[in-house]
Amino acid sequence: MPRIVRWGLGALAASAAAAALAGAPEPKGAGAPPLSPPEAPPAQFETPAPPFELGLFPCTQCHKAPGNPARRELGFHDEVQPLHHGARWCLDCHDNANRDVLHLTNGDPVPFAESYRLCGQCHGDKFRDWRVGVHGKRVGMWDGKKTYFLCVHCHNPHAPRFTGVETKDLSGVLVQRPIPTPTKPEPRPRRPEEAR
Amino acid sequence: MLTFLKGCWRLVSRGSRWYYAWLALLGLMIAVGLAGYARQSSRGLIATSMRDQVSWGFYIGNFTFLVGVAAAAVLLVVPAYVYQWKPIKEVVVLGEMLAISALVMCLLYILVDTGSPLNLWHIFPFVGSPNFPYSMLVWDAVVLNGYLLINATVVVHILYKLFHGQEYNRMVVVPLVLLSIPWAVGIHTVTAFLYNGMAARPYWNASILAPRFIASAFCSGPAILLVLFQVLRRTTRFPISDEAISKVAELMAYAMFFNLFLLGAEIFKEFYSGTEHVVFTQYLYFGLHGHRAVAPFAWIAVACSVAAFLLFVIPRSRRNPVTLNLGCGLIFAGVFIEKGMGLVIPGMTPDTLGEIYEYTPTMTEWMVAAGVFGIGFLIYTLLVKIAVPILEGRFQAGMAEPLPAAPEAGAA
Amino acid sequence: MRKSLPVLQGGAPGEAAAEASDLSRRDFLRTAAGAAAAAALTACDVEGMLRRHFRELSRDDVAKLLARVERDHRKRFGDKGFKVSNMAPRPGVEFAYGLDLSRCIGCRRCVYACVTENNQSRDPQIHWIRVLEMDKARGVDVMESDVYYEAEQVPRPGKFYMPVQCQQCRNPPCVKVCPVTATWKEPDGIVVVDYDWCLGCRCCMAACPYGARHFNWTTPSIAPEEVNPNIHVLGNRVRPKGVVEKCTFCIQRTRAGRYPACVEICPVGARKFGNILDAGSEIRYVMDQKRVFVFKEELNTRPHFYYFYAT
Repeated sequence: MPRIVRWGLGALAASAAAAALAGAPEPKGAGAPPLSPPEAPPAQFETPAPPFELGLFPCTQCHKAPGNPARRELGFHDEVQPLHHGARWCLDCHDNANRDVLHLTNGDPVPFAESYRLCGQCHGDKFRDWRVGVHGKRVGMWDGKKTYFLCVHCHNPHAPRFTGVETKDLSGVLVQRPIPTPTKPEPRPRRPEEAR
Repeated sequence: MLTFLKGCWRLVSRGSRWYYAWLALLGLMIAVGLAGYARQSSRGLIATSMRDQVSWGFYIGNFTFLVGVAAAAVLLVVPAYVYQWKPIKEVVVLGEMLAISALVMCLLYILVDTGSPLNLWHIFPFVGSPNFPYSMLVWDAVVLNGYLLINATVVVHILYKLFHGQEYNRMVVVPLVLLSIPWAVGIHTVTAFLYNGMAARPYWNASILAPRFIASAFCSGPAILLVLFQVLRRTTRFPISDEAISKVAELMAYAMFFNLFLLGAEIFKEFYSGTEHVVFTQYLYFGLHGHRAVAPFAWIAVACSVAAFLLFVIPRSRRNPVTLNLGCGLIFAGVFIEKGMGLVIPGMTPDTLGEIYEYTPTMTEWMVAAGVFGIGFLIYTLLVKIAVPILEGRFQAGMAEPLPAAPEAGAA
Repeated sequence: MRKSLPVLQGGAPGEAAAEASDLSRRDFLRTAAGAAAAAALTACDVEGMLRRHFRELSRDDVAKLLARVERDHRKRFGDKGFKVSNMAPRPGVEFAYGLDLSRCIGCRRCVYACVTENNQSRDPQIHWIRVLEMDKARGVDVMESDVYYEAEQVPRPGKFYMPVQCQQCRNPPCVKVCPVTATWKEPDGIVVVDYDWCLGCRCCMAACPYGARHFNWTTPSIAPEEVNPNIHVLGNRVRPKGVVEKCTFCIQRTRAGRYPACVEICPVGARKFGNILDAGSEIRYVMDQKRVFVFKEELNTRPHFYYFYAT
């Protein structure tokens, strides 16, 4: 068999394996890196809904057409300006064409419910820890179905340095979301002298 | 048997005014103890001052001290039987009766300290599930009850034989007595190991604990006996020679020296090495972070032990009854504090997570402790009241009732 | 016929009359004592008390025990749908816990979630988890820690937080010292307490280096509406007075496959839990990839509880 065919077959096999790996639950150990970039994996993590303010989503309620792509300070959305997220600006993450999704660096759209893929592009070490459940919060069954909390359940994407969180009832659903002030602790335990 | 019981009843129900007053006091203490225990039983151990942070306190401290007292009878046994020292031989029975009373008090302190005493039967083999050989408390139960059995057997045998006008059977007594020597060392070595084995408590997890227990036991136990001997010499015709008292006092002096030496060794290790584990000794003697409740008592204990040692080591003061008794009181107080407050409290303060909770016994604990001491003293009083006439030959089978004591003979 | 005591056999004829009245008096005393004993015994639970060690019980006996515990709970708290189980450990499972010290903010939500889940006494207050506040400058130094910190906001500047609970040691000192084997290590690593067997001697509390064992100094009090009805007999049943209790890794949840309550409530995901025998578990990932340490490692307790720094 000509060498090029062998190489091509090998690449195909490897990418198939990589796709299988990417689609499967977290593999044991490190695993070989894929030889070609895998296609966008399906949403593999069950997550609760992002903690939007009531009425904020879908964004296309207001943003029906693409806007001015030039980097500038906006006249609206004051609550998230100025951005405290490195040297980023809005459209680095938000998709200009469709405001109901975000986008990766290569332009691929990413729904808000999978925003971890976007964060993971730059914050790879956190993402690798997050997808095995070591960074961030997971609830559910230790030997079964788990629900992952999104990055944005603890980190405000517009000012991601962690300050505090709260659990809020947003129209009947309890949602955890980041707050700009640190959390208030629960009461201290009673001292032994105080127990009679 | 009936005459014996009747005779015993006559002996214990008759006495001087002081005797009745003493019995009344003991009765009061026991009543108070029962009231305290009733409250503790219904409310739970929250009626004490113990909490999670300091989970052992007054009861276990007293238990530890009394184990030492119980073991101290062996100090008299060794010279009496090993060296055939006659002046001490007669008084050994009194020492063993003290051991019996002390052991009963030890067991009572364990009883009042348990949170679910109805479950105590779980410690017995076959019906329960004793954690043998790992749990030191199981060993303690075995050796304490065994020691009680040995002493009770020897005492009952000697008194029974004397009651019938016979000499005790050497084949019964001597092996048991010789057994009781290592067994006595055993009882409070095992009690020391109870503390010693706990790696979680650096203050206790020191090899010096077992030798210190022995040293302090040999100081404090005989102190009680010395006082008792003098009382007996005053109130009965029981022959206790000056020589016996002097010998016991001399042995106590050596024990006190050893006790102080071990204390010094501990102090050196703690303060010279100066690791973080010094906090416990520091709390005991100097207080920590403003908490100084125990420190005065620690210094009082040291002062008492040193003063007692000086009184006992100088032959003249050892022979003077005033200084002798003063020394007895001082060493008793010193060791009582050292084995109670000075062992249990600093072992748990600060606790394993660095928290300081200052423990001081509540009224309920004092009441229950008074009751236990009352029971112990009562047992000893009754035993002595019966045993002394037997030993003197005044109470024997064949007599319709015990002979009254001869008029006061004064000191022998 | 009633046997006389040996001491009264024989003796002078004049004693016969005295003997007769003695007998009736003895009779009365005997009946009275018997009645008193019977009354005392029915007041406490004789059947519950007289049994063998938990691990020697037959399946029937365990079922009876579970039914009795359920009955007791219903009697005390009303019908809350109590389900008392004795779920067995799963083969091939050994639980391990990871606590991320770089994430804990000291909010104490875990403390109170544990209280609710495990039916701890509210008054007097029992907390199975104690959160220590320490200085970043000094590092892990329990002698300088503070468990009673109060603040409007956490984390406080310059401080870090270290929650401590039962470490479920592989070499548990508490199991070693218990005189009646009322506490033992289960195959899945959880150290459990049989609350019916415990003497309340508190040797285990003195032996535990982590202050993880707590005592019911009086009868625990819980409001009926706050009781968790999902109960494991070795875990979160409502305890009697005078026995020791401690964290059981939420045995009623974890043996059913769920995360412990503290893991689920932690808002910042500082708590990790899983089967250490499963190479794909999050706890194994932590052991492989993160800087892990064991609290008071020099005591060789070899806990199943690991502290780590994720960053």
